[in-house]
Amino acid sequence: MKNLIKLFYIISFIFLATVHSQSAEKVDYLKTDWSFKGLFGKFDRGSLQRGYQVYTEVCAACHSMKYLSYRNLAEKGGPEFSIIQAKAIAASFEVVDGPNADGEMFTRPAKLSDKFVMPYENEKAAQAANGGAYPPDMSVLVKARGGGVDYIYSLLQGYEDAPSGVTLDEGVHYNKYMYGNKIKMSAPLSDGIIEYGDGTVASVEQMSKDVTTFLMWAAEPHLEARHRMGFKAIVYLIILTVLVYFSMKKIWSRVESEV
Amino acid sequence: MSDHDYTPSSKVGKWFNDRLPLLTLANHLTDYPTPKNLNYWWTFGGILTFCLITQIVTGLTLAMHYIAHADMAFESVEHIMRDVNYGWLIRYIHANGASMFFLAVYIHIFRSLFYGSYKSPREIIWIIGIIIYLLMMAAAFMGYVLPWGQMSFWGATVITNLFSAIPLVGEGIVTWLWGGYSVDNPTLTRFFTLHYLIPFLILGLVVLHIWALHVPGNNNPVGIDIKKPSKDTVPFHPYIVIKDGFALLMFMIVFAFFVFYSPNILGHADNYIEANPMVTPAHIVPEWYLLPFYAILRSVPDKLLGVVAMLSAILILAVLPWLDTSKIRSAVFRPLYKQFYWILVADVLILGYMGAMPAEGLYLLIARVATAYYFLHFLVILPVLGFKEKTIPVPLSITESVLGGTPNLAAARNRESSEKLK
Repeated sequence: MKNLIKLFYIISFIFLATVHSQSAEKVDYLKTDWSFKGLFGKFDRGSLQRGYQVYTEVCAACHSMKYLSYRNLAEKGGPEFSIIQAKAIAASFEVVDGPNADGEMFTRPAKLSDKFVMPYENEKAAQAANGGAYPPDMSVLVKARGGGVDYIYSLLQGYEDAPSGVTLDEGVHYNKYMYGNKIKMSAPLSDGIIEYGDGTVASVEQMSKDVTTFLMWAAEPHLEARHRMGFKAIVYLIILTVLVYFSMKKIWSRVESEV
Repeated sequence: MSDHDYTPSSKVGKWFNDRLPLLTLANHLTDYPTPKNLNYWWTFGGILTFCLITQIVTGLTLAMHYIAHADMAFESVEHIMRDVNYGWLIRYIHANGASMFFLAVYIHIFRSLFYGSYKSPREIIWIIGIIIYLLMMAAAFMGYVLPWGQMSFWGATVITNLFSAIPLVGEGIVTWLWGGYSVDNPTLTRFFTLHYLIPFLILGLVVLHIWALHVPGNNNPVGIDIKKPSKDTVPFHPYIVIKDGFALLMFMIVFAFFVFYSPNILGHADNYIEANPMVTPAHIVPEWYLLPFYAILRSVPDKLLGVVAMLSAILILAVLPWLDTSKIRSAVFRPLYKQFYWILVADVLILGYMGAMPAEGLYLLIARVATAYYFLHFLVILPVLGFKEKTIPVPLSITESVLGGTPNLAAARNRESSEKLK
């Protein structure tokens, strides 16, 4: 057993070293308690639905989410809107379809199977409309940033007046959590900018948390299933390991040697 | 071991075995006499077999849904993550499986270094192992390119550009590798093809690796030659099978933790940004398992010499059986080598850390010292140590060392001292 302890020591050491080495540039992000972290982490359904509202009323003006479909909004483990609600959400967007029998393209209300409608035709159009900066697609944004959810949550609340000595160009804003502190996006949220359907007070902090939760789900739509399966798999493995350990002891008791 | 006299008990079995001796092979594998004192460091051979098979099975499944095209690769990975049934599970097993594979192979290699498993008569096993390791690095690198994220694209650009350091033909070779004038769709499709091919080459080499192992048999923690079969050995089945199985399960618990609870912690966030040839990431960092060699590459100021140093750092391992002049295999009986061994382990870990840091200032200085020490260890310390080191007397049999008996040990001491007198 002494060797096993060494083994685990080495494994954890190597991985801790790696993890540490990859998070070299540490910034103290704002902290909040995310319901989706931990062994049994699940999304807060209300927060996801509010988060969708923030996304669609604020972010979606510039940010696309091209890998999501409207059907995802009604799927298990997500915001879990009812099918009727999801259909209504989809129908509020227009998509281009076709060509029809006459060879013409036409627009129709979106269906559950359609991808989220993008705010701009293409990346160039998005850049042209935003002073040359492309508002990144938000489908996997949380996973594409070093600090993950904490980074996004902090960034949304990190707008400040530039400290003296820092000069900002036209259309550039100061954000203390942004890499290099300069960001083209103006502060997207302000208290009461939207009105939540469920009566929750729409403070900047609340909206930041809700929309970040929504973005986490968008990037990891199967997170709940993963946590559920992971717990079962690890419990199963531990029980099996214990059984195999005792079988091994029994088998090896026939030889003069230690296991 | 009764390889040659094995006869199946059933008539059908005998008929079949006379024509294709598969049953003889199975009998050899179950009866294979294994030293009874193998510790848990020896279980990583079995764990590595598990890793290879896991990568092949998950990889085949992913290949059914993945699209190797510069415009569609990133999207198809998202399709796997979102819409394919359990696609997220298969992809996370495959991505983390690569890391677990390297973790296991590094433990396997360092076990060999500690117990002198590369020494005569096991040189061929060792060299095949080094080739497998090289192929693993190639497969892992090309696999990392396939999701076509920012790190995929820029990692591919940096690594393929290394070939441009070759005098005269370098630029031509790079263009040939890319299939064009930059990393683009032709590069992706050929990397996909090779990424698909290499695991099967590895599989073939693994068969040779095990075949070559079964000729002299396993080395062991005491590092002495043993009679087979004898009191010092146990049959592979059930003794080693159950022990390997137990260790594998422990390994799988760690593996499962990464897959289910931290699937992205070993990857780089930038690889979730689709490849963009117009935007270079702030730091281009390879995966953790390539970092020590990346540090060696960057610590040499000249590009060509840097590439040469990086390749030598790996290839030097292939001639290790001849660089290590000591007749004693196990570090247990080599007090000085044991210390240098742990310094080497620390040196490689430091190199890995420096590989993840920007190549400047103190980081670069430490990386240079560590690189120099790495070569010093293999080229100077090991050859000299074999002649200078005063080793501890080796027991005559495993049973003696396991039971802590003394009679033979005393005999061995006498014999050794008399040899010294000669």
